[in-house]
Amino acid sequence: MRPKVGFFTDTSICIGCKACEVACKEWNLVPEDGLNFLANSYDNSGGLGADTWRHVAFVEQRGPDGVRWLMNSDVCKHCSEAACLEVCPTGAIFRTEFGTVVVQDDVCNGCGYCIPACPFGVIDRREGDGRAFKCTLCYDRLRADLEPACAKACPTKSITFGPVDELEQMARSRLEELRAQGEERARLYGLPDAGGEGVGGTASIFLLLDRPEVYGLPSQPVTPTRRLRRGWEAAAAAAGALALGVVAAVLGGRGR
Amino acid sequence: MGSNMAECHPVGFQWVMEAKRRGATVIHVDPRYTRTSANASLYVPIRAGTDIAFLGGIVNYILQNGREFREYVTAYTNAATILREDFRDTEDLSGLFSGWDPEQGAYDPASWQYEGMVAKPAVGMREVTVPVGERDGHRGDEPEPEQDPTLEHPRCVFQILKRHFSRYTPEVVEQVCGVPAELFTRVAETLCQNSGRDRTTAFAYALGWTQHSVGVQNIRCAAIIQLLLGNIGRPGGGILALRGHASIQGSTDIPTLFDLLPGYLPMPHAHHHPDLDTYCRMDAPPGGYWGRMREYTVSLLRAYFGDHARADNDWGFGLLPRIDGDHSTYPTVLAMLDGRVKGFFLLGENPAVGSANSRLHRLAMAHLEWLVVRDLVEIESASFWRDAPEIASGELRTKEIPTEVFFLPAAAHAEKDGTFTNTQRLLQWHERAVEPRGDCRSELWFMYHLGRRIREKLAGSSDPRDQAILALTWDYPTRGPYQDPDAEAVLAEINGYGPSGPLSTFTELKDDGTTSCGCWIYCGCFAGGVNQAARKKPGREQSWVAPEWGWAWPANRRILYNRASADPQGRPWSERKRYIWWDATAGRWTGHDVADIKADMAPDYRPGPGARAEMLLRGDEPFVMQADGKAWLFAPAGLRDGPLPVHYEPHESPFDNPLYEQRANPARQRFERSENRTNRDRRRFPYVLTSYRLTEHHTAGGMSRFVPFLAELQPEMFCEVSPQLAAERQLVNGGWAVITTERSAIEARVLVTDRIKPLRVGGRTVHQIGVPWHWGNRGLARGSSANDVFPILLDPNVHIQETKAATCDIRPGRLPGKEA
Repeated sequence: MRPKVGFFTDTSICIGCKACEVACKEWNLVPEDGLNFLANSYDNSGGLGADTWRHVAFVEQRGPDGVRWLMNSDVCKHCSEAACLEVCPTGAIFRTEFGTVVVQDDVCNGCGYCIPACPFGVIDRREGDGRAFKCTLCYDRLRADLEPACAKACPTKSITFGPVDELEQMARSRLEELRAQGEERARLYGLPDAGGEGVGGTASIFLLLDRPEVYGLPSQPVTPTRRLRRGWEAAAAAAGALALGVVAAVLGGRGR
Repeated sequence: MGSNMAECHPVGFQWVMEAKRRGATVIHVDPRYTRTSANASLYVPIRAGTDIAFLGGIVNYILQNGREFREYVTAYTNAATILREDFRDTEDLSGLFSGWDPEQGAYDPASWQYEGMVAKPAVGMREVTVPVGERDGHRGDEPEPEQDPTLEHPRCVFQILKRHFSRYTPEVVEQVCGVPAELFTRVAETLCQNSGRDRTTAFAYALGWTQHSVGVQNIRCAAIIQLLLGNIGRPGGGILALRGHASIQGSTDIPTLFDLLPGYLPMPHAHHHPDLDTYCRMDAPPGGYWGRMREYTVSLLRAYFGDHARADNDWGFGLLPRIDGDHSTYPTVLAMLDGRVKGFFLLGENPAVGSANSRLHRLAMAHLEWLVVRDLVEIESASFWRDAPEIASGELRTKEIPTEVFFLPAAAHAEKDGTFTNTQRLLQWHERAVEPRGDCRSELWFMYHLGRRIREKLAGSSDPRDQAILALTWDYPTRGPYQDPDAEAVLAEINGYGPSGPLSTFTELKDDGTTSCGCWIYCGCFAGGVNQAARKKPGREQSWVAPEWGWAWPANRRILYNRASADPQGRPWSERKRYIWWDATAGRWTGHDVADIKADMAPDYRPGPGARAEMLLRGDEPFVMQADGKAWLFAPAGLRDGPLPVHYEPHESPFDNPLYEQRANPARQRFERSENRTNRDRRRFPYVLTSYRLTEHHTAGGMSRFVPFLAELQPEMFCEVSPQLAAERQLVNGGWAVITTERSAIEARVLVTDRIKPLRVGGRTVHQIGVPWHWGNRGLARGSSANDVFPILLDPNVHIQETKAATCDIRPGRLPGKEA
């Protein structure tokens, strides 16, 4: 088994150039996502979707020391407990040998179950096509021993690609460095113990300079199938209890 | 300052981020809070067009507090040099220097000269500044300027400088720039603390400094700071000119400029340069490496004309074209508007969008007989005759435009071999990845075959005007299905040949016809017959200077004037900043880089009689291109608008000049006419307007607006305004606004942002409006061209337009005819 690979996105050195968005589209032939001026800082992509697999968020904050402009390149989290994969009825979504989560577009039938399942709102159906699309973590490039296009294009190495356990180390030491420099609001996101609890950890670790909600990320994402599991477990327990009751009743009846 | 490096040079900015990670302080001074500001340690908002007031404030801070690097300044700059008695400063003449001729609207710079010597400039206005026949030069049999090493003489440059900048106090900086005095002082102090023997500071600038009526003086002022602090010629120091496009450095080295020949040789002037001797005598100082100008020129003529350049025909000097005035872009286009220019070539340029007063350019091109456009797509400058805004408005009618337009599709960089020369003067070779498709061809193909066909048509002509073209060497080997000239053969020709093959360095050049060289500063880029620009040895396999990555002109030197990284005796200024030093045992300069001084010239070398060129300078004079071997704090020649930088208001400004009676640069180039009127009424045009670029687009948009992946990222023309201005003018975020000047009106979507901050200037609030200039009426992402509203108003030295500071009005709504 290969080591699980993923991204470490260090927003403290992101310069908002969107090279990741462009490189992703060029490599993966992702179509244009609308020529819309959104009047939302420098963000005209709006968010992740079927036609935007990397999305740079721009957050303008007014504070006592003047303006702060946060930038973060968001991407599919490739969750360890991937809801999209779990709910996919056709098997179109599978876990690769790299530990990543990929949609096979020749299998997907466009049922759309994966869309409400994703706790991050990443996956979506392509208009006029109907099938679901999202980041593949450049599965074809990984198989050719190349790093994903976004990481390759990132000029400041804000996006780093590698084995998740190494990225986690890198993220933790970078956090310490920033905290030592006085970045009190800096935090990690997407780790099993930091923002990724509800999805079993992710393959997309982020170093954020503020709360996840500020960047449009859910603070407590949970794989919805966990609830399903709890539901099933409760049902199973209830059924078990019922069965026990029946057994007890029967046995008790016999003993009478 | 004057640069939005993170957005416009994101790949280079990775090294700024790396330096910051290692503890560097990054300061960003800019009218707008940009993606660069977001990543800086300190952001300083400034009023557009007041950079000299800010920088002059730093000069004054250094001088008033004795923070200069005294040994460096005394030994390596002209601080000790004494000026002529008749020099008068702006302090004495209400903002003008001596020599101003109000009738000519120009300076006679004679009184700016040194006492005892006429110093010729290494660049800039060379021929007109120096009266012919006057004593010039330096040492040997030549006169020397008078010096006062104590820097106390009232007419020495150091004292003149001190007096000139004395009124640029922190309070004045606040009053002019809108930068709080305390914030300014913090910047000045940080620079001083981070300079000296152990530390160095670098400035990075771009078009935010150049595109002003005082563009050259902005950079001069930074040079003064860097020289006073000892930050030139040393690792981690310098002034980094972040160029406007890939290889714009290359296109000034091998120039597309009207007044230069390759290697910064001046273009001969019709009246001043009758022959090669006069040209070299007038335009080059005898001392320093310009003392070899005759070798450079004869070798260039041999490269151009081969055996048609001979001793008996003055090496073909008469075959070179001549200039007789300002033939830069804007005067040429104005002549076009007046019907005096009939034909026009546009190669990779889109003036219908990208030039100041772009509307005027569209009107002018409609007067042409013919126009050739070579570009990747049919840009606005190729299609103006059928879809310009003036066609829609009825001002122009297609059937009345006589211009015959030839649109020729161009190959992109991945479809051709060649070099990029970057801001570090680094030549990097790139290989063609694929052949161009369809009719697309490389620039090299176009120029070579155009020349070949013209020469075929002219063959046998005895008309004198045809002789230069017929005399050209035009024999490049070709390759591939389209007969593309071999780009390596061109680079080898630029490198040059001697009797025994490719030359290794420019000191091998001769003026006896035995060497040829297409550009003397590039000599060595093909040394040993090997394409040195194609070297790609990874950084981890070589020293930190990485001399085997590409090739840097001149002589593969990575830091210019690096003799200044050692003290006058040749010892490093400090261990930490060790770069090159004198090895007395070996009798040579050694260190991490190629020394920028003759390798065996000892620090105690003094020129004797009969010495010439670089041997006329001393072993402790690092500025080897200068007549006196010194860096010029004060420029005695070369500039058209004064020997020292002065704060002048932009041509269009809501303010008077609080420092002098003279409001704006007196020497600025003006072209007042009905199509190019100035905003005069400050009540009608109360706001400051500044133009800029975004990461997502490339210049006038030919490479980006037509590409969906880029177009969607910034899909529409917009303007950036503060919440306060939005409230003042009822502008709504996401709504529309019309921006008006005397030139034209444009519409833009509104982006209201806290990143644009109103400033307090001269006791009142001033609002600044930012407009990116990428859009036009074609492509996927369309919109008004910001350049429509800017005037043609130029810096007098380099003829660049003032598009970083103008005035305007702004109102909510759309242009007539565009309302929803």
